[in-house]
Amino acid sequence: MASPSLRGNLIALGLLGLAVIAAFALGRFPVSPGDILRSIWSWLTGTPSGLSQQIETVIWNIRGPRVLAAILCGAALAVAGAAFQGLFRNPLVSPDILGASSGAALGAVIGIYFSLGLLAIQLAAFAGGLVAVAAVYAVGSTIRRGDPVLVLVLTGVVVGSLLGAGIGLIKYWADPYNQLPAITFWLLGSLAGTARPDLVPLLGPVLIGTGVLLALRWRMNVMSLPEEEARALGLATGPLRIAIVAAATLVTAASVAAAGIIGWVGLVVPHLARFLVGPDFGRLLPTAAILGGGYLLAIDTLARTAAPVETPLGILTAVVGTPFFIWLLASARGGWS
Amino acid sequence: MLRPDRRALLAGLGAVLAAPRLARAATVRDGAGREVPIPGKVERIFPAGPPAAIQIYTLAPDLLLGWPRANRPEEREFLLPGVGDRPEIGRITGRGNSANLEAVLQLKPDLIIDSGSTGRTYVELAERVQSQTGIPYALLDGRFAQIPASYRILGQLTGRSERAETLARWCEETMATISGRIAAIPTEQRPSVYYARGPRGLETGLGGSINVETLSFLGARNVAAEQPGSGLAQVSLEQVLSWNPDVIVTIDLAFAESVRSDPNWAGVRAVREGRVHLSPKLPFGWVDFPPSVNRMIGLWWLAKLLYPAQFPEEIRPLARNFHILFYQVTPSEAQLDRVLAGRG
Repeated sequence: MASPSLRGNLIALGLLGLAVIAAFALGRFPVSPGDILRSIWSWLTGTPSGLSQQIETVIWNIRGPRVLAAILCGAALAVAGAAFQGLFRNPLVSPDILGASSGAALGAVIGIYFSLGLLAIQLAAFAGGLVAVAAVYAVGSTIRRGDPVLVLVLTGVVVGSLLGAGIGLIKYWADPYNQLPAITFWLLGSLAGTARPDLVPLLGPVLIGTGVLLALRWRMNVMSLPEEEARALGLATGPLRIAIVAAATLVTAASVAAAGIIGWVGLVVPHLARFLVGPDFGRLLPTAAILGGGYLLAIDTLARTAAPVETPLGILTAVVGTPFFIWLLASARGGWS
Repeated sequence: MLRPDRRALLAGLGAVLAAPRLARAATVRDGAGREVPIPGKVERIFPAGPPAAIQIYTLAPDLLLGWPRANRPEEREFLLPGVGDRPEIGRITGRGNSANLEAVLQLKPDLIIDSGSTGRTYVELAERVQSQTGIPYALLDGRFAQIPASYRILGQLTGRSERAETLARWCEETMATISGRIAAIPTEQRPSVYYARGPRGLETGLGGSINVETLSFLGARNVAAEQPGSGLAQVSLEQVLSWNPDVIVTIDLAFAESVRSDPNWAGVRAVREGRVHLSPKLPFGWVDFPPSVNRMIGLWWLAKLLYPAQFPEEIRPLARNFHILFYQVTPSEAQLDRVLAGRG
């Protein structure tokens, strides 16, 4: 008799596997599944594959990095979303609640405005996300009135809208022929240009942040209790909250820096995971990571195959996510927690 | 000082009172088919956006009030001293309205010119600004085929019809010569072209986009042309590999420098055969933006790259003559080198 959590994880892994197969098999450049297997075989055995250089390039340098980036970003956003939803005891929270996405967006937009290089733009976005959340946390913790969690969320919302105004200002200043389209594309989210060098600044933060969150996952159950109860259970809520916020921010900022603004994944996927394995964080986080990776990979495969020109990821996740979320709300058994 | 500037106020008032009188004066039909009153005297023209500023500069630099964006030093050296360095005055149309109408009035223009789209949004904007300010506001069509007509309208409005006729004729002759030679080239002998923008080279112009009007005028087979839409879009490198274009034209220096050594692009025919071309952009872009008369010389440049056999002319003298006639500054050999290298 399989436990519900094992069954849920098997479903999630199955979906991820299907998404990976589809992602490698589909694309604008025709590569047959046999070519992919032959190329992987030659890589494993070190024998020449006999494939053209172009096909090898597509598999290893274009499609491969992009598949990996989509999985990493999706997993990161879903884990961060689940962590924030638990921390703030609110099912409507998504990873950008403390300004990580808006901060990263402002960083990237400033980078584009000053015509920085690709890596510099990515780093500016990453730094922007971290600085924004640090500022929110610093401001929020100086206010000593009311529920600290509520104060933090409200500070995040307010700072987020200020950052949004900053983005608007740069768009207003930007050169409408060159920079404005680049900013627009970036804000809509895309993995179109992903190459191998982009994976390094994504992989490190995502692995570290997800690792920290996974290590803390059992304690997060206690965090989703009201503050007094958690303290009564002997938990140092302050340091734990900082650790969760820092780890979730790290992964959010890294994924936004790599892929631009992709909404919905961090909001919807945790609900789907909860639907599969229940609200216990110990089981929820790994499932959310697997589902998030598979979900964004499927969306990205659609984005790059539906038409010769790319469909922005942020638009697809919203179009797919909205009806799905409504269906989930209507059919969910029990509450969210 | 909260007191209103009396002179500005009177000027504004005067302009409003003068409007009915202007309406009875002679008119000219602008690029959108509107009847625009010809001002009694034109000494100061406000350009509503970069394409208009460039076209006004080429016809009557002394009348240009300023630039929507200040020119950079490397651009200024190709423009008349005292004109190329005129101040930044914002724009009325385009995606951000950065000129305040009161500030526009403060500059006391006799005429406002916009060049580019003549769609309904712009017609209504022109009508509104004209009735608010009392200053005649003419729209010019920025597309290649309409540039000669736009010059003639501008010539009538400013009383500079003679020079307008010279420039319009030059444009007509250039376009006729180039189209004539290209018409004789069968479609299958025309190269397929990918237009690359952005530092990764993965932004491109769709078929109806003004960004690729230079390409479509030259009858090139834009690989992205079959996509519906009239703007820019992102594509994946996989898609470019499967299009496998014969020629890549780009405006991005970073992309042009990296693509030739990037192993991921090595399979694209244009890269393999060394047919990646970086567009000149001094003082204004040759193939893309701003979409104004600056692209006229880009037609020669690109025609030569796409159809070398049919266009044996040297680009250097053509470019020099274009600069002398349109920008009224003779570039040195070193300056021409810089222009043709695509830097700036």
